[in-house]
Amino acid sequence: MKSFITAAFLALIPAIASADDWDATLEAARGRTVHFHAWGGDERTNAFISWVGDRVEAAHGVTLRHVKLGDTAEAVARVLAEKAAGRGSGGSVDLIWINGPNFAAMKEQGLLYGPFAGSLPNARWLDLSPGSANVTDFTVPVEGLEAPWRLAKFVFLHDTARIGPPPAEMAGWPDWAAAHPGRITHPDPANFMGATFLKQALAELAPEGTDLSVPPTDATFAAATAPLWDWYDALRPHLWRGGTSFPASQFAQRQLLNDGEIDLSMSFDPASAAAAIRDGLLPPSVRVHVPAKGSIGNVSFVVIPFNAANPEGAKVVADALLDPEVQAHMQDIRVLGAFSVLDPGKLAPQARADFAALPSGPALPRLEDLGPVLPEPAPGWMTQLEAEWQRRYAR
Amino acid sequence: MTSGGLLRAVAGTAILGGLGLPVLLGLGHGIAAAFGHFPAIGAHGPDLRPWRELLEMPGLGRAVLLALWTGMAATGLSFLLATGTLAALHGRGAARGLRRVLAPLLAAPHAAIAIGLAFVLAPSGWIARALAPLLGWARPPDIATTGDPLGLALILGLTAKELPFLLLMFSAALTRIPVGAQMAAGRALGYGRTAVWLWVLLPQFWPQIRLPVMVVLAFSVSVVDMALILGPSAPPTLPVMIARLSSDPDLQALLPASAGGVLQLVLLAGTFAAAAVLARIAGAAGRAFLRRGHRLRGTGRTLALLPAASAGIVLMAFLALAALLVWSAAFSWRWPELFPAQLTWRHWLDAGRWGWPAGASALIALASTGLALAAAVAWLESADRLGRRGRDRWLAAAIHVPLLLPQLSFLTGLSGLMIRAPLPPLAAVIWGHWLFVFPYLMIALKGPWEAADPRLECSAAALGAGSWRRLWRVKLPVLLAPLLTAAAVGFAVSVAQYLPTLFLGGGRIETLTTEAVALASGSDRRVAAVHAVLQALLPWGAFLAALAVPAILHRERRGLGGAA
Amino acid sequence: MSLVLASLAVAAPGGRRLFGPLDLEVAPGETACITGPSGAGKSTLLAAAGGHMERGFRLSGRIILGGRDLSGLPAERRGIGMMFQEAVLFPHLSVADNLAFGLAPRLRGRKARRAAVAEALEQAGLGGLGGRDPATLSGGQRARAALMQTLLAEPGAVLLDEPFSALDPERRHAIRQFTFETIRRAAIPALLVSHDREDAVAAGGPVLSLS
Repeated sequence: MKSFITAAFLALIPAIASADDWDATLEAARGRTVHFHAWGGDERTNAFISWVGDRVEAAHGVTLRHVKLGDTAEAVARVLAEKAAGRGSGGSVDLIWINGPNFAAMKEQGLLYGPFAGSLPNARWLDLSPGSANVTDFTVPVEGLEAPWRLAKFVFLHDTARIGPPPAEMAGWPDWAAAHPGRITHPDPANFMGATFLKQALAELAPEGTDLSVPPTDATFAAATAPLWDWYDALRPHLWRGGTSFPASQFAQRQLLNDGEIDLSMSFDPASAAAAIRDGLLPPSVRVHVPAKGSIGNVSFVVIPFNAANPEGAKVVADALLDPEVQAHMQDIRVLGAFSVLDPGKLAPQARADFAALPSGPALPRLEDLGPVLPEPAPGWMTQLEAEWQRRYAR
Repeated sequence: MTSGGLLRAVAGTAILGGLGLPVLLGLGHGIAAAFGHFPAIGAHGPDLRPWRELLEMPGLGRAVLLALWTGMAATGLSFLLATGTLAALHGRGAARGLRRVLAPLLAAPHAAIAIGLAFVLAPSGWIARALAPLLGWARPPDIATTGDPLGLALILGLTAKELPFLLLMFSAALTRIPVGAQMAAGRALGYGRTAVWLWVLLPQFWPQIRLPVMVVLAFSVSVVDMALILGPSAPPTLPVMIARLSSDPDLQALLPASAGGVLQLVLLAGTFAAAAVLARIAGAAGRAFLRRGHRLRGTGRTLALLPAASAGIVLMAFLALAALLVWSAAFSWRWPELFPAQLTWRHWLDAGRWGWPAGASALIALASTGLALAAAVAWLESADRLGRRGRDRWLAAAIHVPLLLPQLSFLTGLSGLMIRAPLPPLAAVIWGHWLFVFPYLMIALKGPWEAADPRLECSAAALGAGSWRRLWRVKLPVLLAPLLTAAAVGFAVSVAQYLPTLFLGGGRIETLTTEAVALASGSDRRVAAVHAVLQALLPWGAFLAALAVPAILHRERRGLGGAA
Repeated sequence: MSLVLASLAVAAPGGRRLFGPLDLEVAPGETACITGPSGAGKSTLLAAAGGHMERGFRLSGRIILGGRDLSGLPAERRGIGMMFQEAVLFPHLSVADNLAFGLAPRLRGRKARRAAVAEALEQAGLGGLGGRDPATLSGGQRARAALMQTLLAEPGAVLLDEPFSALDPERRHAIRQFTFETIRRAAIPALLVSHDREDAVAAGGPVLSLS
């Protein structure tokens, strides 16, 4: 009871203080530019960010400049370099789209501004209670240092015109691939989507009692992954190009699926199949598949570097991303089709109606079809999985 | 100081300070970092840790071999095909049309050709789709035709781009040799065409084309953008590996990256030496054959294979450009369709998407070309005024340095230096482009400038025109066409730059080239195609303007090539 | 104003003496002729007088025009006109603009300058050809245009470097007459380099032979 009161009180403080503070923030942000470093490999996301930019420009006079990254690590490197060079303010990065190991690295090295997420006016629509997906990022506590903006859940896409759905359990994959030689593959594990494929398999195949939320030691890693490597050794020979080369990313893989070179792709975005079909980027016969026991899910966040030149503007953009209208626009498959991070139970009736009115499509799964969310393992698992895969399979 | 002296001092300072010094500094910084000295990231060497880390990179050995093999094979192939084609075509009137045919390929940047070629060659690409009905392929074959482990697609891509360049350089060099007379003399002595080419013409020709061949070799062994798109990935070629290390989130990776840059430099020096030895051996073997009196008659048919192969490669490059055009207007274009079922303009109408990078490309190209043109004119004019025309061998050597060094070797160092002393990114990128624009522009302009009729200047002087009036009213107008052509060459060089934009702009400057390369790695081929088409159109437009402007201004001046 | 070459000698970059020292005086309206085999330094002599010598050549002696020592002055400040073999006209300008390029800046006003050019064209028998591309003129027309261009700059002297050798024989005579006549009327000294014995005879001035 006491903790509930404290929590309620803490939740109220920013709400009270923010009225004035937020006006001051808006005032400071007006007329300035926010350099938003965000991965730029997806056209729809780029278009969405530019739409958000038009919105904050119109509403608050904030210019949003999307610096498109090939890899989020580039932005982290930049901030790190600026710190090394003694640039404690006026940094070139104002806002970064981030999660997982990159967030863990920035947090650990003290490269972050904040906490700021709780003070955003639109944070009131979020479920920030303990245990919510919004308060831990790959098991690392968020502590208000990053603001969520989109939900990610791992799914498979397959072309029903050429192949049946993947097996309900990962264990069935070697047989399935053997029946379709050269038609199945996964992104290079150096890419996060490829690594997620391995994590998904690990989550299902790890021996009973393995706790993936605890960072691995050499011993626990070896024990937990032994079945995974046996499974992978059986799977690999049947993969595309005999498992000797892999698409660089999910998008390269999606292109291969669209080209008809393979029959399977994967995504962190359950609506991406419907969206890609609309866009001519996948055949209309593609459908989404979720493993029976559920799949890995996480939340995409934005952070502000400690030395951002324009932290106020960055906050305005982070807040705009959480605006229910923006989130509904984002979830629209004609726009981005990424699931919202807002808590439907907290939304105003009008906002809830906006979400309910979003168009649907045969390739768009319903929320209840997506099954349970398997939490992301601690970041150490992903880096070690990647390294071990490289050691075993890279020439 | 005389006006000539002053001009020369200004131009010389700009060239030395803006080109020579930074290249040396970047190289020096890179070498220091390779041996563990990089204070800005807390490395106070010297030690060998960067080298140990580099050597521990998985697949390093193969990456080195791949870079050497693809670069040398592409250069050798381009050389063979270019000489063979010119040998076969010379004196048949076909050589004249060559330049016009090849102009779009010369203007198109490497990345654009690579993106188009990746589709033409892919297992689900244009060639495979054309063959599918004949071979009964219901699905694309599971064969690696791009990104293949041997780098064959990369070799083909490089050849598609370098062959037109060498053809042009070679045909210019050939005009300085009395080919017709020597061919007649040789044949009168009973030697076949091939024999005359190999034993009489090639040895005279080689010293004139050695430099462009070495430039091609240096480029091919150290190329990054094309290797990213067409080359193998596990492991990639050494330059791609180094470029990746350089943009690793962990700044400590700059140390092995710098070691990689030095390794790249050593490898290139090795290939230069190998090429020189090879040329000597070939020369000696040729003379040995010659003394035995082999006439090589009846090899004309074999020789005819070379232009056929060249035509094949040129055709493939044009197919690549055509594929880009079609993709940029496709809605969906799936196996096994030879042509998209549904076309759309939406990717072109989305000008907000490509407008900025296109504007940035144009702005950077105009600025770097403008600066390079001013520097080149200042230098050439000062040489004229001081009567030192053609005597500046050190300059000729200096301007080739950026072209003969692997870009990575000094750009890694330069971007390392910029951690300490950051320039505004746009200025840094313009200057980075200038490093490569100036040499090419200078090479293109020097010949025509020095070939201009000196009597025009004497006449103008005798009529009382001072040196500035002679420059503005006589020299520059008379040289308008070569000035614009050189500027178009510079413009095209700038538009194609990938690494300088990436490294010196710190990821904050997006040009058509960086966008096209980034988009090529997946995502949306149609948007990548829009960028690649623009990337090819921009320099092509510059070349057309360079042809059209003097043709219009001088349309009634037959002495300057006008129609009247 | 007469043109005087006093103990003029030129040495090539290697130090080898090309000719001289030689002395020559050419009176106003008079055309002196310099002859000699190829390589004797005839053109170098003209270049030395006009200030067009290449770097490295060493010159001794003096060039005096109207009592003023010109040695050391740049070409554009000597006031010595120059006409080449195959009469050089600027290829990017029309015939009239070529003449206007030479026209002395002393003459002001667009109308006056245009009239001066038109008159010169008329005088050279090129009336109505002012708008033409110089590349479309015949050899004889070009030679006359070049001479008028040179004279419009109001030079104190003219140098002629084999100006008639590229003309066909029928034309040569007429152009030669026209040139010498024009120079006589302009009352300036002229120096002519030629292979052609007839040129020397027609010039009627002093003849200097280099060997």
